[in-house]
Amino acid sequence: MIRTALLVFKKDLRIEMRSRVLLWQVLPFGVMALLLCGIALGPSHAGNSSAGPGLFYLVTLLVALLMINRSQSVEKTPGTKASVATLGLDPAGVFLGKSLALATELWVTGIILLGGSVVILHTSLHGAILALPSVVVTLAALAVAGTLYGALTSGGDGAATLLPVLALPAFAPLLIAGERSFSAALNHGGIWRWWLILSVALSVYTAIGILLYGVLEES
Amino acid sequence: MKQLSQRLFGPLTLIAMGATLALGLWVVPPDQVQGELGRLVYIHPSVAWVALYVSFGTSAIASALYLWKRTRSEVMDRVAYCAMEVSVVFIALTLITGSIWGRPAWGVWWVWDARLTSSAILGVLALGYLALRRANDDVQLRARRSAVFAVLVAINVPIIHFSVQWWKTLHQGATVFTSNRTLLIHGSQAWTLLISFIAFTMLFFWLLRYRYRLEVQRENLAGASLEEALASRRREGTQ
Repeated sequence: MIRTALLVFKKDLRIEMRSRVLLWQVLPFGVMALLLCGIALGPSHAGNSSAGPGLFYLVTLLVALLMINRSQSVEKTPGTKASVATLGLDPAGVFLGKSLALATELWVTGIILLGGSVVILHTSLHGAILALPSVVVTLAALAVAGTLYGALTSGGDGAATLLPVLALPAFAPLLIAGERSFSAALNHGGIWRWWLILSVALSVYTAIGILLYGVLEES
Repeated sequence: MKQLSQRLFGPLTLIAMGATLALGLWVVPPDQVQGELGRLVYIHPSVAWVALYVSFGTSAIASALYLWKRTRSEVMDRVAYCAMEVSVVFIALTLITGSIWGRPAWGVWWVWDARLTSSAILGVLALGYLALRRANDDVQLRARRSAVFAVLVAINVPIIHFSVQWWKTLHQGATVFTSNRTLLIHGSQAWTLLISFIAFTMLFFWLLRYRYRLEVQRENLAGASLEEALASRRREGTQ
């Protein structure tokens, strides 16, 4: 399972490095969305608003949706599914590999957006650094849940529009916990309670994914 | 015997619903603190009980049984789908009756309370389940994906249940029992509440049964239409 996971992880990252979709499409979209958040708040509020953590996660969520769609679309190229079936790859390994690749992409995006929120929304740099452990776990949970939801919606009618309908309500608890932990870090509160909740969510989604990803890939 | 019990189930449900209404509206005295508004306690908690636990529980259990290869069958898939569809009605009723109570009690129709928000999210997830079913034409694929989604959705039920303890926002905590299992409601109020829980649970299973029959008929009709279309094409070919 670990071998398959590493194989899929490397494959997905290699595709991303060659296509550069993350660099040229997803990241500019994320930065633009952060700028729009600042514009929506207005010049007098954007600099001293307590909405920074919430807006950071909102933008990250939108970016994550694009990346989940992208992660699933690379599996749809002709022959990919047949190759996976012929090779007899462990579905749990495929799930873990795809989740890890998506999490890596989200971590890179998250760090850049975190820097963006420090510059654009004037979020405290010290608070943002303190929030990093919870951001890492939140994005990992988003990646694992996103891989599951991506597989649920891929290939059906209107998959691109169905994904947000199914995934956004499910991501809401992660968004709330992530935002609370970020706010706690900014206000020097305890982030470990939220970190623990997020870790439990990550473990639950990983367990469900390992158990059920194979069912989704059955033909 | 089976047919008799099936025939009696509907009238019994109606009797239980009628008893809930009569007891809740006329027999039980108004609440000491909330007055007539307190009578909503005979509807809202029972509707929420069905919406959160009975219907989602039925759907999640049927979905889990579908995912387990030994018990995989179309029946499980249909039960999960029909239960989820009925649950949408009950979640809507939970939010509506909650809002009717919230306006005079809290002064607003809606508040960003943990219980309310998490219940609304569950409602959107249930609608998402119905959207997912409509997005796939392949029957097997649709059933598998829906079953996985129903199991994922069920994770939210404990979050909603414990939300009043974890976040301590506006929605009140446990109303019927304390955390030490001590009964908080007594006398005619307790009996009426118990009857309302039974009545709404019966109503759910009654609706589920009819929705299930409707689904079987719809599938038969779709199958018959396909057979008819194929026969028509064959006739055209021989002419």
